[in-house]
Amino acid sequence: MQHEVMFAGFGGQGILSIGKILAHAAMESGYEVAWVPSYGPEMRGGTAYCLVVISDRPIGSPIIKNPKHLIAMNLPSLKKFAPVVKPNGVVLINSSLAPERSGRDDVDEIRVPVSDIAKDLGSIRAANIVALGSFVARSKILDFESIREAVKEEFRNKEKLIPLEMEALDRGKAEALK
Amino acid sequence: MGKKILMKGNEAIGEAAIRAGCLNYFAYPITPQSEVAEYLVKRMPEVGGVFVQGESEVAVGYMIFGASGAGARVFTTSSSPGVSLMSEAISYIAGAQCPAVFVNIIRGGPGLGGILPSQGDYFQATKGGGHGDYHMLVMAPASVQEAVEMVMLAFPLAEKYRNPVMILGDGLIGQMMEPVEFPDDLRTEPTNKDSWATSGMKSRGSTERNLVKSLYLDPTQLNDHNLNLKAKYDQMKAEEVRYEPYNTDGDYKILIVSFGTMSRVCRTAIDFLKEEGIEVGMIRPQTVFPFPDAPIRDAAVKESCKAVISIEMNMGQMVEDVERCLKGQRPVHWYGKCGGDVPTPEEIMEVIKERL
Amino acid sequence: MAKTFKKPEALSDAHTHYCPGCTHGVIHRLVAEAIDELGLRDMTVGIAPVGCAVLAYNYFTCDFQEAAHGRAPAMATGIKRVRPDLIVFTYQGDGDLASIGMGEIIHAANRGEKFTAIFVNNAVYGMTGGQMAPTTMPGQRTTTSPAGRDILDTGMPIRMAELLSTLKTPSYIARQAVLRPKYITKAKKAIKKAFQYQMENRCFTFVEVVSTCPTNWGMSPLESLEWAEKTLLPYYPLGEFKTPEQEEQDAA
Repeated sequence: MQHEVMFAGFGGQGILSIGKILAHAAMESGYEVAWVPSYGPEMRGGTAYCLVVISDRPIGSPIIKNPKHLIAMNLPSLKKFAPVVKPNGVVLINSSLAPERSGRDDVDEIRVPVSDIAKDLGSIRAANIVALGSFVARSKILDFESIREAVKEEFRNKEKLIPLEMEALDRGKAEALK
Repeated sequence: MGKKILMKGNEAIGEAAIRAGCLNYFAYPITPQSEVAEYLVKRMPEVGGVFVQGESEVAVGYMIFGASGAGARVFTTSSSPGVSLMSEAISYIAGAQCPAVFVNIIRGGPGLGGILPSQGDYFQATKGGGHGDYHMLVMAPASVQEAVEMVMLAFPLAEKYRNPVMILGDGLIGQMMEPVEFPDDLRTEPTNKDSWATSGMKSRGSTERNLVKSLYLDPTQLNDHNLNLKAKYDQMKAEEVRYEPYNTDGDYKILIVSFGTMSRVCRTAIDFLKEEGIEVGMIRPQTVFPFPDAPIRDAAVKESCKAVISIEMNMGQMVEDVERCLKGQRPVHWYGKCGGDVPTPEEIMEVIKERL
Repeated sequence: MAKTFKKPEALSDAHTHYCPGCTHGVIHRLVAEAIDELGLRDMTVGIAPVGCAVLAYNYFTCDFQEAAHGRAPAMATGIKRVRPDLIVFTYQGDGDLASIGMGEIIHAANRGEKFTAIFVNNAVYGMTGGQMAPTTMPGQRTTTSPAGRDILDTGMPIRMAELLSTLKTPSYIARQAVLRPKYITKAKKAIKKAFQYQMENRCFTFVEVVSTCPTNWGMSPLESLEWAEKTLLPYYPLGEFKTPEQEEQDAA
């Protein structure tokens, strides 16, 4: 079993952070993981993306041209990465910012207005966690409880945000299972 | 071993040095390894260590030299253009026989090149980037965990040989996060340096002063000095070769030689080919100086093996060492790419199939 | 018979390789006397430059490291940071400190590294055979300015003591000379003060010493002393440019 998950969006949308949370949860669930960021000038205000590889055996190449799943937090990243996703993966689209479809009929496309949901919850910054909740619930890549624990760990030093983030996860999950 | 934690390669390298007992870090920022300094500027004060951001890699090289000459365990991290600037100091450090650890998180070159992963500094690291007859002991990790273990090993090795040791990673090893465990059993106490280090006569209880230098104006003395250095490099060749074979038990037709990040991609390609019924073996040098000559030769001359391919993220550097140790006994090919576009397993499979 | 004049303990019995009339020997002695008088020999590390004083380590009896050209301040930084209990000094010439090592000296001074730099300014590259230095005087003939230094082409000589004293962090910046006994006494005092400030854990200390090079100037030792007094001293004024006491007074 090997899953590759591409997280992509604008810098500042918490892309690297949700990748890290997923990798952390997978590690705690006993899997081998690798988290590979984009780095350098691309970090400066443009698009940000990272790739998380989760496997039940040592990870060979962490360089993946065709990831299995995609979380596209904006339109440019949907256009850039939707064509390269492998068949049968989950393509999660932030429909608040990407009012288009993936153009693929061989993937499990799911459109969630994660930015609007986050605003509704009181913090646009939680949009990434809404997306993570939706993705994990839909792909069943990991046990949902392990993600809850990893999110709590990530916000260990900002404890007062944890109830909001838990709500964001659950709203994302509910949307995905609608 | 402690608990598994998820860590970025650059941060894990910084932590590994501290766990190995190195509390002195001098550095200059450069992508893709600046996270080491950003990590250590917080961590060093917690352990009573030294953190200095130098004004250039040139100066940092000599801060390392001075600190090592005074007997301290010391290290720095940089990336290709920065390592070029440090190479002057590395030559002096090797000449003065001081232990020090240099980490090169390679980016693409030449010149300013790029910031993505590369293995273009193989020649610089293994053949000497600076002037004169010297070698570093060079280890090339293929994972964050291995980077940690090699950094921890680097300090006792540098002290054993009183010679600079380099960890040769690439942008991916530095930027990637993987689970790591810090092994306790690699923590070592610095060796006694009273016989040579400029630690102050009073503090070592001696009436003899120590001198740290690389100048030998007398030709006989300089030749003798170089013979002494050569003896150390020969000893490294005899005692420090490290490598990992992969899928070398079966009857493979092709043998790959690959190191670092590139070897991980090759490993995946080998697994995919196995599913297609094609056997390919690999030797992964963990030390690139000393180079695993004999293991590669032995694996290549196996009867089933028809050819050897050196696969590198550069324009063909290690392939010269592979050719050297095979002495024409098997055809040696090269495949590689520069610029940070790391070849995929699918590309490697194609390269191998062309040679079958 | 009681000895009334002897070599400082911090100097070895080796004969120096310096040319007749060279003032390096005097400056070595002043540094060694300061080290002796302050009882520092067994806790001092010196750093030799590249230049005429490259072999300085043969003449001092304390621990020594030999630097690459210009890099002594970086090495001193390394030593002092990992061993703040040691006394560390660099001994550098004008090509070493004011040309190739300009970056290292300015940044070490500005970080307030707690070592002492002894800067020997004789307005010429000695070791390599008399080429133009950053401190060579306008019109001064050297092998790379055979018609005399052309300031339109090479700029004016660099005054290191003045330059470094524009920095806020250094604690002591002085320039003295070793051209006559009256100067030598003051130079000794400045060097000793610099070491004392270092012992008090104060920031960067620097003593520039105006010196001679009869061989490369093409003069007799006596002529060179006279030339230095007449030509160098007006451009390189002697004195203290920065002292901790002055700073404290200014602050008050």
